[in-house]
Amino acid sequence: MVSPAPRAEGPLLRVRDLRKSYGAREILKGVSFDLARGETLVLIGPSGSGKTTVLRCLNHLEHPSGGEIRLAGETIGGRPGPDGRWRPLGEAELAGQRRRFGFVFQRFNLFPHLTALENVAIGPRRTLGLPPAVARARAEVQLARVSLSAHLHKRPSQLSGGQQQRVAIARALAMEPELILFDEPTSALDPELVHEVLDVMRALAREGLTMIVVTHEMRFARQVADRVVFMTDGAVVEAGPPEALFTAPREAQTRRFLTHVLER
Amino acid sequence: MSIDWAVVAMAVPLLAEGALTSLKIAALAGLLGLSGGVVLGLAALGGPAPVRGLVRAYVDFIRGTPLLIQIFIVFFGLPMLGWRPGEFVSGVIALSLNSAAYVAEVVRGAVGSVEAGQAEAARSIGMTRGQILVHVLLPQAIRPMTPALTNDLITLVKNTSLLSVISVYELTRSGQAVIASHFAPLEIFALLALYYYVIITALALVSRWIERRLPAW
Repeated sequence: MVSPAPRAEGPLLRVRDLRKSYGAREILKGVSFDLARGETLVLIGPSGSGKTTVLRCLNHLEHPSGGEIRLAGETIGGRPGPDGRWRPLGEAELAGQRRRFGFVFQRFNLFPHLTALENVAIGPRRTLGLPPAVARARAEVQLARVSLSAHLHKRPSQLSGGQQQRVAIARALAMEPELILFDEPTSALDPELVHEVLDVMRALAREGLTMIVVTHEMRFARQVADRVVFMTDGAVVEAGPPEALFTAPREAQTRRFLTHVLER
Repeated sequence: MSIDWAVVAMAVPLLAEGALTSLKIAALAGLLGLSGGVVLGLAALGGPAPVRGLVRAYVDFIRGTPLLIQIFIVFFGLPMLGWRPGEFVSGVIALSLNSAAYVAEVVRGAVGSVEAGQAEAARSIGMTRGQILVHVLLPQAIRPMTPALTNDLITLVKNTSLLSVISVYELTRSGQAVIASHFAPLEIFALLALYYYVIITALALVSRWIERRLPAW
């Protein structure tokens, strides 16, 4: 947090021409955007537009087929070898880079055999190598941050969906990542539980956490986003501050999408 | 035809001794087979490609050849390598090697079928493949593995009887000795069957008890 980036006081994250294909099917057709430190970027668009794939490519849960991702100046996923040709990183180095991104999944993906506390502590313990007591203390702090101090020793199956998703957010926070990627974090929740997760995310945005959020919650996007990016068909159609994008979209596609979702 | 109860009465304690040896062999081979099998199973899932291939080949060989032949190969093969561990240790080694292959398959199947989101979540917090297998996937696979592992253990107990061919004085061999001196094959074989049946039933009960006590999430 304190140390200044070695190079460029530029954007924290810089994505250029990100591409992803499965066989002949092109899911991402060259996506580019920047993300400043402390910024909340919300990705919206119809289902199948590639929003989730963008997130999954950023931390290489899926390996992009092309393009460049730079986090604080460092290229993610590979680097040029001595001959100047691109070399993908090995397993251990890639794992090291993934620690710099948090990821919150639509379906929580908590570890069912571990308690809430253990779910949050396992990352700091195993991948950051912190002593057990330190990892535990850190987990307690993060669980308090998402208002779950009363449920430290419960397993995921004993928690509601909203509580599980908050544990998942604490698990991401405990790694002290440089940014957190949220992949439709409220889509698997019962409607009455959505607000508790959004409230936590709202608070995190206010605290200055850098985040990219894929969501269908337009009200949240409008209130919390610093910038909204609208995608269809694997490409960015339009991006801008939420007020501008929601009240005066420039592109016809954006207008059509917004009338659709806002009518509901 | 009449049953020679005197021979039966005489054989009961003798066979009990053999049964104890069988249990000892099964326990040793079970432990070695289980630990070896877990290692092989995890290697088959997360190891580098050549290792995965070797494990595959090993499992195929063990499954594709009769245990009896494997026992002879170990028994006659070890001395050729300059080690004469005797029939007991040879037997334990042969059964362990055999059992490890079957356990590896069980582990591979159960660990491999843990929901994909689990490994993804673990990757997202920067775990490496080995850490994911050991800390996330294997613990979740233990309960689903238990019934299949119990089957493997039961098979192992029955397989100890094959060690009689290399003169390990286990349950079957001890029965054969009584038959040789008193010639009452039916009585003794029936008694042997009863011994195995009791041991295996007890094992099955214990395993069901353990399975019930394992946490389900």
